[in-house]
Amino acid sequence: MDKLEMQEFIAKRVAKELEHGLVVNLGIGLPTKVANYVPEGIEVIFQSENGFVGLGLTPTEEELDPNIVNAGGMPVTIKPGGAFFDSSTSFGIIRGGHVDLTVLGALQVDEKGNIANYMIPGKMVPGMGGAMDLLSGAKKVIVAMEHTAKGRHKILGECNLPLTALGAVDSIITEMGVIKVTNEGLLLTEINPGFTVEEVQEATGAKLYVDKELRKMEV
Amino acid sequence: MDKVIGINEAIKDIRDGDTLMIGGFMANGAPEKLVDALIAKGIKDIILISTDTGLVTTGSGKLISRKLVKKLYASHIGTNKETGRQMNEGETEVELVPQGTLVERIRAGGYGLGGILTKTGLGTLVEEGKQRITVDGEEYLLETPLKADFALIHAAKADRNGNLVYKGSTNNFNNVMTAAANVTIVEADEVVENGEIDPNFVHTPGVFVNHVVDGGAING
Repeated sequence: MDKLEMQEFIAKRVAKELEHGLVVNLGIGLPTKVANYVPEGIEVIFQSENGFVGLGLTPTEEELDPNIVNAGGMPVTIKPGGAFFDSSTSFGIIRGGHVDLTVLGALQVDEKGNIANYMIPGKMVPGMGGAMDLLSGAKKVIVAMEHTAKGRHKILGECNLPLTALGAVDSIITEMGVIKVTNEGLLLTEINPGFTVEEVQEATGAKLYVDKELRKMEV
Repeated sequence: MDKVIGINEAIKDIRDGDTLMIGGFMANGAPEKLVDALIAKGIKDIILISTDTGLVTTGSGKLISRKLVKKLYASHIGTNKETGRQMNEGETEVELVPQGTLVERIRAGGYGLGGILTKTGLGTLVEEGKQRITVDGEEYLLETPLKADFALIHAAKADRNGNLVYKGSTNNFNNVMTAAANVTIVEADEVVENGEIDPNFVHTPGVFVNHVVDGGAING
């Protein structure tokens, strides 16, 4: 898989986690692609933290409205039944536990569910935006990312970059498999049939426990 | 009451070193013409409160790229490379605030609250120097209010009393900032007579607004 195929594959697998009626916030980048793969017959309500629910897809030329952008500043649409509001209401929705699921990218995740995704000191300091609020407020957090960064481990025993939140991550979905964060550590529950358990372990900087009922990762 | 005045009259009391809140999210809903007027007036050493610094050429980012900002409170600066450069080289002091915390600190400033308690940032760099408070066994960070001398706001529509209506996602930080400044100046794309906005659908009541500038009547 090239990078783009890998991202689409991960996005498709994350989309299988969507359930009818959930309020969902998707992060910028790879997570945004999840919206393209909502399973048929399921309606989810996407929230955009800059101030609305009912986020739709990219507009056609006729639909384009410069007043409507997503949290990445890109033009988007709002679905019938959606609603606009101010940032206080938007983060009330997030912090108050009214977002059922958030999908975010990460620089590092560790076996305690800690996540670092907002800065590399001295190199890249873009700021946390809404990520800290999402991680502390959303009911469920899925990290969707490539398993390694050009071979370097991103899933670790302990993050060494500044944390965005402590113990916030519920599961990690990569091109290699699905990993749940449990009290006992990282549990591999699904594996991409293109890889062996040993290969996944090698690409992971923390001990992986393998689920007794390890399933094939399907999209 | 008629709060509609000319753009230069509206900003005439803004001085070097003042604290300014500027609405908009990546310049979506930013008062571009008010920012341009500030630049033309030559205001500098600004303490800026704005959720991001737009792009180099849009929104509050225009003040950054002209080096007019002394200190910045923002949640995200990644879309304006100049902000990061000025921060790294020590030219501009930057305090990064989680977005939800930033908006609530502004709300606290405007609504007479002594601060807010939030779990956001617990155990991270954001916690440094802050007080932890336990309520019913749950730990929170105490985040203090933010206020400003002036708020620069964008609205789609204003009436002469300063009642505001926003369009699409342009509300973002605008509504909350109207309450948190000593003087709130609104750039509205359209100004209408009192009574033309249905009171049931006012987004920001005019009591928070001091001046309204008819942005639609300003060319360029």
